[in-house]
Amino acid sequence: MSEVTHLLRRLTFGPTTGEVQAAEKAGRDATLDRLLRPVAVPEPPDLGDDPVARLGKDATRDQRQAARRSQREQVSAVVQWWLGRMAAGGAAEKLTFFWHGHWATSVQKVRSAHLMLAQQQTFRRYGAGGTGPLVRAMLRDPALILWLDGQKNTRKAPNENLAREVMELFTLGVGAYTEDDVKAGARVLTGWQVDRATGRARLVAKRHDDRPVTLLGREGVLDLDGYADLLVRHEAHLPFIARRLWARYGGPSEAPAVTGPDTTAMLRALCRTPEFGGTAGTLVKQPIEWLLGAVRQLGLPPSGSELILKALGQVPLRPPSVGGWPAGAAWLTTSSTLTRLRAGQKLAGRATAAADRLTGSDRIEALAALLAVDGWSDRTHAALKGIKDPRRLLATGLASPEYAVH
Amino acid sequence: MDTLTRRRFLIASGVTAGAAAATLGLREILATSGDRDPAAKTLVLITLYGGNDGLNTVIPHADPAYAAARADLAYAPGEPLDVGDGFALNPGMPGLHRLLGDGRLAIVHGVGYPRPNRSHFQSMDIWQTAQPGRPGTTGWLGRWLDSAGGDPRLAISFEPVLPPLLAGAKSAGATVPGGELRLPAGVTPELLSGLGAPAPGESPALARAAACFTDLVRVRDLISSAPLEDEDDDSDAPATATGGAAPPLDQQLALVARCVEANVATRVYSVSLGGFDLHADGKDAQKALLAKLDKPLAAFADRMAGRGVVVAVYSEFGRRVRANASDGTDHGTASPMFLLGDGIRGGLHGEPPSLTDLDDGDLKHTTDFRDVYAALLADVLGSDPARVLDGWSGRMREPFVNDAS
Repeated sequence: MSEVTHLLRRLTFGPTTGEVQAAEKAGRDATLDRLLRPVAVPEPPDLGDDPVARLGKDATRDQRQAARRSQREQVSAVVQWWLGRMAAGGAAEKLTFFWHGHWATSVQKVRSAHLMLAQQQTFRRYGAGGTGPLVRAMLRDPALILWLDGQKNTRKAPNENLAREVMELFTLGVGAYTEDDVKAGARVLTGWQVDRATGRARLVAKRHDDRPVTLLGREGVLDLDGYADLLVRHEAHLPFIARRLWARYGGPSEAPAVTGPDTTAMLRALCRTPEFGGTAGTLVKQPIEWLLGAVRQLGLPPSGSELILKALGQVPLRPPSVGGWPAGAAWLTTSSTLTRLRAGQKLAGRATAAADRLTGSDRIEALAALLAVDGWSDRTHAALKGIKDPRRLLATGLASPEYAVH
Repeated sequence: MDTLTRRRFLIASGVTAGAAAATLGLREILATSGDRDPAAKTLVLITLYGGNDGLNTVIPHADPAYAAARADLAYAPGEPLDVGDGFALNPGMPGLHRLLGDGRLAIVHGVGYPRPNRSHFQSMDIWQTAQPGRPGTTGWLGRWLDSAGGDPRLAISFEPVLPPLLAGAKSAGATVPGGELRLPAGVTPELLSGLGAPAPGESPALARAAACFTDLVRVRDLISSAPLEDEDDDSDAPATATGGAAPPLDQQLALVARCVEANVATRVYSVSLGGFDLHADGKDAQKALLAKLDKPLAAFADRMAGRGVVVAVYSEFGRRVRANASDGTDHGTASPMFLLGDGIRGGLHGEPPSLTDLDDGDLKHTTDFRDVYAALLADVLGSDPARVLDGWSGRMREPFVNDAS
């Protein structure tokens, strides 16, 4: 097993043969440094105005339906743009994907492509740094506020949804806070409302409860940033984030104890633990990881991938719940296996150039190199050996058990 | 427990590690046709994921505290379907209202457990393990399955992933995907068997990936796979942040009915409906969801009459008594359970929780859910409740014709 191949598989969306060779030459440490180097936040795609925000109060039913249609087209444009960014390579978009699954927000309720894109840009801007600025930005993130009903959280009747999930799922984990902390947190966040016209959240003073609270052991008047700071300084916070990073980048085993001043440092430390190498082959690929790896390695454009992702149950911007997508064996069902067999055929059918290289006597080894698989087990090797047609061979490799994990 | 997702529990629970959850084909279930004691009853457990608002399901409309606490979320007098004793059913449930009138639906008030947990994921673990103190790694019906010999065909689910409640210590229930399977061109059963052979020393994840191919060979007569063609993505359906990924309830219940009518060996069916986490604008959305429960369930009850089938409906918690400003409700505690079917005495049972004597804004439960489980285990499954419920000795008797005196 090559150490750098393992690193590339986990930190990026499926390495190509060329990337593996270059990384082998550079060595593990230089590769890790290069992958974790900060990158500029990209210019977002121009979506035009939000057609629903522009609707007047007296809009007709037809106008509303047309606005919803063009809003859905904008969402589709954001998804395509993001898939293109993922396919372009590098580790930054993998981290953006991690944070998307962590602060799991679905466009199904948020609806606005602009707000989903703005949240994604927040992940890019702050995701690699310290968690303080990220949590401060996310507590006032319009998409998250709409998703978890912060919009309706007022002094008169606080709505606890956002405050609870922020602590349970996003910053601390169960056991680190009490029910009283949930109620106090909700009060601190009262009055933060999204202005649909500007697409920004602002504090509406008359809806805000500015009375003192007791929150996570601290008494006094707290504002949103004060709450964010309490969360990130809590002793449970960094270990919680490190465990979540390990679950997606490492494996199902217990997370090694690492810490660091920011997410990049924690990720670097996790990749340098002795345990990291031992996780090869223990992590089930999420459908987006599986598909993006395939299109990158086969040299295909990611366009047209949305239907495959939908069939596999992981559509970007549409996590199933605030808990994010499942991990591990939940992705390995008879139904998903069948879908990978079908999708493998579709992808292989489009990958003429890649398939043409799978005709020699070494074609089974060439297939492993193409797909950055460490090697085939005897059973898979035997099954592949019987396949002469290069396209069918490629399709079977893509659907194989070895390619379902990494 | 570090909760990544609800499903994380399933993976951590050893369902996939120790006793691997089997995937079976409907044909394998139907093959057990006639293979059961004619007197044996069947339990159908319906899980409502997301925390259904009990107070707007079985509505205490005669209590002035209800309208006072619920403001715009409250149903006006006359709107819900009256059932007497000061209660009414949500207007989305005409079918269950009829069954109640016929004496076939039992409502158990105020079902919950001590020291309620308001996390979806943790509270669902508590209901599914029946271990409120410290949820373990086995589900209550999984432990029943252990005690009943462990044949996975005895306890099945039509959901894509086995719910934790069917995971035992030594055995686990099976998932049975419905629908139809066509293998892609050129993919032969031999190829699938080849890819599915176990390899020595492989990781549990890789072993599971391979085992899916063997499962596929066994169940390829009847399995659904998500189509690759575009279809309506239902993006205007009411969304909430906690959903259940399962086929529609009517499809799941139709499969149960087919199995029951074929007299198969299965004694326990787990089905589910998701989407009840309505923190905002909950009134119409809940009514629409309850209608999705009501219509298929009433039809199922009619179709199954006389076949020894008992249905139990629960959710991981109810909602807070007071509405929030969003015309929704936050996570709460006790909630009513529904029981219906042969041997169930219809009507309102148990003590309705007070709307004013609250525990930190939440209802105090009046019946422990383990009392209801115990009755289902004894009366429907004919087993010893204490053995399955860690020595629990309570048991609700009133709604069960055989037990009530």
